[in-house]
Amino acid sequence: MSISQPFRLVGGGRIDRRRRIDFRFNGLRFEGYRGDTIASALLANGVRTVARSIKYHRPRGFFGAGAEEPNGIFTVRHAGVEGATVPHAPGTLVELTEGLDVQAVNGWPSLRFDLAGGLGWFGGMLSAGFYYKTFMWPRSAWHWYEWAIRRMAGNGRAPDAPDPDRYDRRNAVCDVLVVGGGPAGLAASLAAARAGARVILVDDQPELGGSLLGARRELGGKPAIAWVTNCAAALADEAEVTVLTRATAFGFYDHGFVAVLERRTDHLAPHRRRGPRERIWRIRAARVVLATGATERPPVFENNDRPGIMLVNAAAAYVNRYGVAPGRRAVVFANNDGAWRAALDLAEARVEIAAIVDVRPQPGGAFAARAEEAGIQVLAGHAVVDTRGRLGLRRVRVERHGGGGATDIDCDLLAVSGGWNPNVHLHAQSGGRPRFDEARACFVPGPSVQAESAAGACRGTFRLDACVREGAQAGREAALAAGFRDVGVISAPETDEEGGTEPDPTWMVHSRRARPRRAFVDLQNDTTAADLELAVREGFESIEHIKRYTLLGFGTDQGKTGNVTGMALAAGALGRAPARLGTTTFRPPYTPVTFGAAAGLSTGEFHDPLRVTPMHGQHVEQGAVFEPVGQWLRPWYYPRPGEDMHAAVVRECRAAREGIGLFDASTLGKIDIQGPDAAAFLDRIYTNDWSGLTIGRCRYGLMLGEDGMVMDDGVTARLGEHHYLMTTTTGGAAHVLAWLERWRQTEWPELRVRFTSVTDQWATIGVAGPRSRDLVASLCGEIDFGPESFRFMQFREGVFAGVPCRIFRISFTGELSFEINVPADYGRYAWDRVTERSEEFSITPYGTETMHVLRAEKGFIVVGQETDGSVTPIDLGMEWILSKKKDYIGRRSLERSDCRRSDRRRLVGLATVDPDEVLPEGAQLVDEPFTFLPAEMVGYVTSSYWSPNVGRSIALALVSGGRERSRVHASLQDGRFIAADLVSPVFFDPRGERQRG
Amino acid sequence: MLLIECPWCGPRDESEFSYGGEAHIVRPPDPDRLSDDEWADYLFMRKNPRGRHLEQWCHAHGCRQWFNVERDTVSSEIVRVYRVE
Repeated sequence: MSISQPFRLVGGGRIDRRRRIDFRFNGLRFEGYRGDTIASALLANGVRTVARSIKYHRPRGFFGAGAEEPNGIFTVRHAGVEGATVPHAPGTLVELTEGLDVQAVNGWPSLRFDLAGGLGWFGGMLSAGFYYKTFMWPRSAWHWYEWAIRRMAGNGRAPDAPDPDRYDRRNAVCDVLVVGGGPAGLAASLAAARAGARVILVDDQPELGGSLLGARRELGGKPAIAWVTNCAAALADEAEVTVLTRATAFGFYDHGFVAVLERRTDHLAPHRRRGPRERIWRIRAARVVLATGATERPPVFENNDRPGIMLVNAAAAYVNRYGVAPGRRAVVFANNDGAWRAALDLAEARVEIAAIVDVRPQPGGAFAARAEEAGIQVLAGHAVVDTRGRLGLRRVRVERHGGGGATDIDCDLLAVSGGWNPNVHLHAQSGGRPRFDEARACFVPGPSVQAESAAGACRGTFRLDACVREGAQAGREAALAAGFRDVGVISAPETDEEGGTEPDPTWMVHSRRARPRRAFVDLQNDTTAADLELAVREGFESIEHIKRYTLLGFGTDQGKTGNVTGMALAAGALGRAPARLGTTTFRPPYTPVTFGAAAGLSTGEFHDPLRVTPMHGQHVEQGAVFEPVGQWLRPWYYPRPGEDMHAAVVRECRAAREGIGLFDASTLGKIDIQGPDAAAFLDRIYTNDWSGLTIGRCRYGLMLGEDGMVMDDGVTARLGEHHYLMTTTTGGAAHVLAWLERWRQTEWPELRVRFTSVTDQWATIGVAGPRSRDLVASLCGEIDFGPESFRFMQFREGVFAGVPCRIFRISFTGELSFEINVPADYGRYAWDRVTERSEEFSITPYGTETMHVLRAEKGFIVVGQETDGSVTPIDLGMEWILSKKKDYIGRRSLERSDCRRSDRRRLVGLATVDPDEVLPEGAQLVDEPFTFLPAEMVGYVTSSYWSPNVGRSIALALVSGGRERSRVHASLQDGRFIAADLVSPVFFDPRGERQRG
Repeated sequence: MLLIECPWCGPRDESEFSYGGEAHIVRPPDPDRLSDDEWADYLFMRKNPRGRHLEQWCHAHGCRQWFNVERDTVSSEIVRVYRVE
C-alpha cells in the first residue's frame, strides 16, 4: 500500500499502476494512476469530503461512481491551458490526466471550515419554498438577497477566457443503434451485426463492459470481463459496426433521431490532444435498442448524506475497477440481494464488513450462506436510522425495522442500496411513458412509440444471464425489423446467478423516537423528505409542481439517484400509489452537454454566412465603416481622416444633392420573373396596376400580406413582353421569393410564370445628384440620356464602359438618379470606371446612413423601419397606390373595421420646436409632458436624423389620428420631454422636381 | 427532428424544410362577398387538432417546392406526403 495513496488496494482494478499521474485538488498535489477518475484517485488518497451541499453547506463525499453522482461536482481546469474550463464536471466521470487542476465548486472559505455550514442550524427556516417565503420583503431588497444567495449557492464558475477548443458535428445513418455497451448492449450489437445490419454502438465509458467493469461476475464459467473482451474483439472485426466509447446518447428525438456527445480528447494529456475536443453525432437510426442499464437508489434516513456514505455498487466499483478501498470498516444497508454480492466483493478486498443490515426478515438468498461463511454479522429485519461524524462518517445507529433494539456500530463506510431504477430516460424522450412495476418496485419502459426496444437492466431485468439473452433477442429483432435476415436464437453464456428474493420496496426508514429532519432525497439540491411532506401539506398535488417547489430532480445530475424515491415519497404523502402519481418529464439532455459542443463549428465567422458585394474591396480601401444588414455587410459611411460619423454623413448628404453621390445598391433583392402570365401575377401580388406598364418602363410597387399590412416594396421593371425584373428590400429578398413561390404553387398553379433570384448575378451602382446624367452619359455612349428621351421611371439596356448593362432611371434620394446594373463579375471594374472620374465630376461615395437621411428628407418609407407588420398603406398615406380596379393580396383586409378606425397611427413628419434637437428613434410620443405614469402614448418616432440639406432635425413618426394633432412631446429615457410639431413627412423638394429633371 | 419525405427529393431532415401551417385553405374567389367574420375566418382561424393534421411544408433548402403532409401532432408520425394538385 503506497503511502501517498493510503486507500489503494495492493492489486486488482483496471488501472495502469506503471503510469502515475499527478493532479491538484483545491491547490494540493495528489497522485493517481492512468485509468483512475478524479473520484477514485481522491478516494485512494483518503480525501473523503469533496463538496459542500448547495443549501445547508453540509460536508459531502462521493456518493456514486458514474453519471449518477450528485455530490462530487468540480470545476476542472488543465494547468497551462487557458480557458479550457469545465465549470461543473462530475468527478466520477472525469478521467485522470496529467496536470488536471480540480476545484470544489462550493465551500467558502474552505471545505473543512465553511462559514455557511451554520445554515444547517436554521434548518426550519430554509424549508421548501424558502426563497419564495423569506426573501420577498421588502421587494426592493431582492438584489441584495440575490447577491448573498449567489455567493453561497451555485455549482461552479463559468470561465471568462474564450474557449480554446474546437468542436464539431457529424451526421450518421444506421440500421440499428445500440445505446449502452454492457452485457445487454454487447449481445444486441453482435446479434444485429451478424444479421448484416449497419450497427452503431455508443457507450459513455472509456471501455466497453458497462456494469461488468465494476463487478466480479462470471459468464459461462469464466470471468465476465473475458466475455466482454471477446465481444469487443468480435465487434471490431465487423466491417459495418461503429463503436463509439466515451460517447453519451443524450437525446432521443423524433423519427429515430438520436443525439450523441462524443468526448474525444479530454482523457489525453494536453500535448497529445488532436482534433476537435468533442463531437456531436446526429444519428438517424431505423431501429434503436436501449441497453442503458439501471441506477442504484439509496434508502432515505436521518443524516444519510455524510462523506463515507455511498451506493453499494459504487463502493464495489471502486474496489473492483479502480483498486481502491472506499473505507476500512463498512456497514452495508440494503433491501435487495444484489447488494449482498457487492458486500462480499468488499470483504474479499479486505474491507472489514462490520454488518450487513437488511430491512427484510429473511434476506440474502444464496448469499446468506456465503456471508455467514465469511463471518459477517447480519442484522435481518433491521435498518440504519441515523449516522454520526461531522466531517465524515464515524458511526451508524441501527434499529429493528419498525422500532426498538437500537445499537451503534462504528464504521467509516456505509454502503447503501434501496434497489434499482432502470434508466428509462431515452425511452421516455422517444415518446414512451414509463409504467410503475409493483413487483420490482421501479419504473420500467411502457409500450414503444417509436422503433425502439429496451433490453437488460433498463427494462427491469437484473439477472446477468437474462440481460445477455434479452440483448441478443433485441438485436436480432431489431435487425429483422430493419429488413435483414433472421439469424435465429443466439446462444448466450450461462451465469453463476443465484435466484434472489424480490426487493422490499422500502423508500424511507426512520426511528420511532424522532421525526427525520435531515433525511435527504435529492443530495444535489438538499431536498429532504420533510420538504416533500411540507409541499404536500401546503397543497401541492402534481408531481411537476412538487418538483419545482422542492427542487427535486433539478441540477447537473437531474436527480438520477433521488428522483424516483422523491416521487414515491410524495405519492405516499398524498396517499396514492407511485403508479398513479407518475413521473416528471424526462427531458434531454441525459447528462450535461457543453455549449461548445452545441455550437459546434458555428461560431465566430462561421456563425452566420456573411455576404459582401463585388465592390466590397473598394469600400474597404476607401475606409468605409460597415454595418450588417441581414447577412449583408454594407458600407455605413466613409469617414475621411479626422471625421466622425456625423461629419462624414453631413458631407455625404450635401454631396449627393450638390455634386454626385455614389452608392453600392447591389444588396437589393432582384428577382427575375418570366412567363405569359407574369403581368397577371404581379397584379395579384402588388397593390397597384401592372398590366398597363409598357416595355422599358419601371414602377414602384407595394406588397401586402393577406392581412393588409405592408410587407415589402421595391421597383419592378418590364424588360420584355413576358419578362420583368423585381427588386425587393435588402432584408426581404428571400422572404419575397418564397412568398411568390407559395402563391404560385399552392393557390394559382394555372398561372404560367416562374421566378429566379438574380441578386448575386448583378452589381448595382447608384449615382445620384444634379450632375449624374453627365457622368453616366460620358461612360455609356450609345444610350440617349436626353431628359425627354430617357425619362424618370424608365429603363434602358446598353453598354457601360464596354460592359453590358441595364440602367434604371429611378430614385430613392429624390435626386436625378440612375442605377447602373452590370454583371456581378464586372462590378469592381465598373465601380472603378466611375470613381476614376471623381475629381472631374466631384463624386462622393455615400453609405447606408446617408441613404437613410436622403430618403427621409423625401418622406420615403423603409419597410421594417416605418412599418412593423401592423401598418397598412393607408396608415402611411399611400392610398394613391391602392388600385380600385382589381383584387390583390390584402385588399379585403383593408376594409376590416379595425383598418378603418380613425384613430389608427398614421405616418407624419415631426419638426422639433428646437431645430437642433434630434429625437431619439423609438422615442414614445405623448400629448403633454407628464410627471406620473401611466400616460397615454399617442405614437412613436420611426426615423430621426439631422438633415444638412433641410438645415434642421427631421423625423418621421406614427401618430394616432395623424395630423389631427398639431404638437406632441417625445418622452426621453432621462425624463426630459422634447416638443415637436406635426408636419408633412416630405421635408425636401415637395413637388419632386429634382428627380424628374 | 422529423424525417420528411419530399415528393421530389426523397427523405430529408426537417431542418431543410419550412412549415406552412394548415393545408387546403382556399383563397375565396370573391372576397368582397364575404362578411368581416367570414374573411377573418379565412385569414386567421386554423385547426389545431390533437391527432391527424393536414399541413403544408416547403423544401426550402432543396427544390423549393410546396407540398402537403398528413402528420399526427401527438406522435409526430407522418402518415402520408402528397403533392399540391
